[in-house]
Amino acid sequence: MAGTDPIHQFVIEDMFPIHLGGDGTAGSGLNLSFTNSSLFMVATVAVISLYLILSTASKRVVPSRAQLLSEMTYEFVANMVRSAAGTAGMKFFPLVFCLFTFIFVANMFGMVPYFFTVTSHIIVTFALSMLVFLTVVIYGFMKNGPKFLKLFVPSGVPGYILPIVAPIEFISFMSRPISLSVRLFGNILAGHITLKVFTGFIVTMSSLGFLGILGSALPLIMAVALTGLEFLVGAVQAYVFAVLTCMYLNDAIHPSH
Amino acid sequence: MEAEAAKYIGAGIACFGMAGAAIGVANIFGNFLSGALRNPSAAPSQFSNLIFGFAVTEALGIFSFLVALILLFVV
Repeated sequence: MAGTDPIHQFVIEDMFPIHLGGDGTAGSGLNLSFTNSSLFMVATVAVISLYLILSTASKRVVPSRAQLLSEMTYEFVANMVRSAAGTAGMKFFPLVFCLFTFIFVANMFGMVPYFFTVTSHIIVTFALSMLVFLTVVIYGFMKNGPKFLKLFVPSGVPGYILPIVAPIEFISFMSRPISLSVRLFGNILAGHITLKVFTGFIVTMSSLGFLGILGSALPLIMAVALTGLEFLVGAVQAYVFAVLTCMYLNDAIHPSH
Repeated sequence: MEAEAAKYIGAGIACFGMAGAAIGVANIFGNFLSGALRNPSAAPSQFSNLIFGFAVTEALGIFSFLVALILLFVV
């Protein structure tokens, strides 16, 4: 079953074991091992940095194709930040750009067979969303002081229903890091499991003889279509993560509704 | 009832949540299409909103799928 086990692709393996402290038994001490997850995070960052540095190293007024692509990425993210968080939000452009390119490239890496998908682990996406959440909270209080709490009191709401509205606003605010991280993680995890299950059908059916091989064309077509869908989902989820980051940052910059 | 059987039944029931996501996604695309047919020149500018609404709605279906997966593999 190991070949068709849909969960097997998400296993984290130690590549260079580094264990601090502990008495040698499993689970004791601090495990700082360099895993396949770390390898693909490093690879993602390296690919993005190298591409952006190399493609803009020889700047030209009429850009080359590589330079054009990095300029388009910049413009895409910059427009997104400007439209969702205003011009004041542009000071958070580096954060949004890093998040978008990291998630996008990590998702695209994940689509290569035998590659590990970094964003299919909730701890990775939760760390990213907590980064966004804490940035919003800390910057919101730094910039607006106690006025940041007006976020939970929408303007134009009659006073007598505020005791109901304010807790709802508070709960929806506090559940943002959870929904943000689970959305990305769930989409990627579910997509990869679905792909694996459908490709597993091909193997199972084609082992049934001649008719099975003919019939396995159906899951094969489905698997090809799903691969295309997964590329779309990977790109869309990176976009959604970045747009929601901009919207949350907008709350910190302009807290009154 | 055995716990194992209850797990599988629960996973099956959890998948009903996807029906809601299906209705939601269909609403988004259907309304976009009817709006786009009324005013085709304004449609391309709303494409990013379409994709955004699709992703946010689809995520809720993914949540129910996750509940099913947790029941099958974690619990």
